[in-house]
Amino acid sequence: MSGHTTELVVFVVLFLVVSAMGFVAARWRRPESIESLHEWGLGGRNFGSWITWFLVGGDLYTAYTFVAVPALVFGAGALGFYALPYTVVVYPLVFLVLTRMWSVSHVHGFVTPADFVRARFGSPTLALAIAITGLVATMPYIALQLVGIEAVLKSMGITGHLPIIIAFAILAAYTYQSGLRAPALIAFVKDALIYIVILVAVLYIPAKLGGWGTIFDAAAKKFAATPNPADGITLTSTNQLQYVTLAFGSALALFLYPHSLTGVLASKNRNVIKRNMSALPAYSLVLGLIALLGFMAIAAGTKPVVGANGKADTNTIVPMLFDQLFPDWFTGVAYAAIGIGALVPAAIMSIAAANLFTRNIYREYLNKHATDAQEAKVSKITSLLVKVGAVLCILLLDPQFSIDLQLIGGVIILQTLPAVALGLYTRWFHKGGLLAGWAAGLAAGMWMLYLIPNPANGKAHFGGSAFGLANLGFDTKMTIYAGFLALIVNLVVAALGTLAFRAFKVADGADVTKREHYFVDEGDPRVKDLDLSASH
Amino acid sequence: MTTGEPGQPRTDRSPWNWLLVLPIVLPLLTFLFNADEPRLLGFPLFYWLQIAFIAVGVTCTTIVYRMTK
Repeated sequence: MSGHTTELVVFVVLFLVVSAMGFVAARWRRPESIESLHEWGLGGRNFGSWITWFLVGGDLYTAYTFVAVPALVFGAGALGFYALPYTVVVYPLVFLVLTRMWSVSHVHGFVTPADFVRARFGSPTLALAIAITGLVATMPYIALQLVGIEAVLKSMGITGHLPIIIAFAILAAYTYQSGLRAPALIAFVKDALIYIVILVAVLYIPAKLGGWGTIFDAAAKKFAATPNPADGITLTSTNQLQYVTLAFGSALALFLYPHSLTGVLASKNRNVIKRNMSALPAYSLVLGLIALLGFMAIAAGTKPVVGANGKADTNTIVPMLFDQLFPDWFTGVAYAAIGIGALVPAAIMSIAAANLFTRNIYREYLNKHATDAQEAKVSKITSLLVKVGAVLCILLLDPQFSIDLQLIGGVIILQTLPAVALGLYTRWFHKGGLLAGWAAGLAAGMWMLYLIPNPANGKAHFGGSAFGLANLGFDTKMTIYAGFLALIVNLVVAALGTLAFRAFKVADGADVTKREHYFVDEGDPRVKDLDLSASH
Repeated sequence: MTTGEPGQPRTDRSPWNWLLVLPIVLPLLTFLFNADEPRLLGFPLFYWLQIAFIAVGVTCTTIVYRMTK
């Protein structure tokens, strides 16, 4: 630990300041009572453009992004840069979809994507499938935030799990007390720190290493020397399709995660969402620059921390780069930015997961006549349990396994697209067809992930998301994003299933939403109609 | 959001929405920019052009937002 004292002091001080803000947040924009899901879980649904920008941004660009994307660029080169087109594509893609979701949710009091599916397709079973998919996909995502904090701690020479348990206990306590207001307030600090660190990094590090040209040349030289034909500073013939489908598939998946929707539903009106869809790409610039830290680490000759098992942990590459090139106090600030960057999304994700459980499992199956206060109570407790579960994931499982789970999470959340996203546009699908498509997409996705090895760490299965088309009998080395292919299977089965169920005249569920509900805005009398029992 | 004439059903349809297709499709046409040269400030084409697409995305979504609010 010697030699890291300054870093550690700066890190701990900033961490504690932010934690204090989390507790104070309960009083910020204070409601009459926080004991309802609308207040605790959606901050009163009254957030304007600025707060929404920080909240949604804080939610989508996580500690894991800061750690894993440059690690991927460090290891594979151009392929890791998919994170940039992914965040360019996503906002125009969901621009109209999210405003529809906001309107219909405001008319019917929906808090989760599963709430919407329940009302749109009149099927509790389909809603349950969507809710469980969301829960399963979110859990490992929260666990991954811990991996981000762990990478920083490891770089400061701190091993063992106690510091992480303490950090998450503090997080759990203030989320419990303040709900969505806590991450919304902390997101300001998180972003300010991250912008400062990244601006300094992209100005200072290239100057120190001899300019951007030198950095890219060093990376090109490293990749040319490796036996892997799929790496390099540009794409190769085998991974172009992977790059495109990964960027597009990830963009499709992003707003299907229940936590991304939480920030969107908390906004005040449709224009807040639209304005944010054009302003949020400011983060994409930061993300692109963060990704390039991977190349800087190559040029600087940074070595990742080698763990107790003798394997290098590439997730530590960015923290180690900072440690190598920044003065100690600024490394501490950078580490705090990553650490706090883990807390904001972890809080929002646990709130979203808790809302899913409360609305679509507790209320639907356990206590049909739950009051607002009961719902808020159940959500608060579930959010605690979700965080305990995430910590256990890290303590009991190999963190590498959590990363695999996250990979699977992305593939499975995509399978909710036909019911949730297409459902906002069309009521054509039959509820049975959607269920069949969901099941087929999940099965196909799991099968493909199972077939993908990772030569880098000697694993035979679940080694990545690049599915070789050779597995389908094509004579090629090209790969495609497994989630994208699984989604196509899902859509085909859902369409064929719908035709079949119609042909056999199987009863479909009732749609309680009306066409005009998808376009209402703040000020419409229907929007104030937030009586929770009305939609069921 | 287009409010439309009184009595007309509200909708989010607008010809301006087609502008959103550009920033969705452009970054996915990798064969157009998968090259090292020409470099800009040391950045290979592959990187600086994709960073430039952020501006395309912001411009298109801002225009659509302004024209449909």
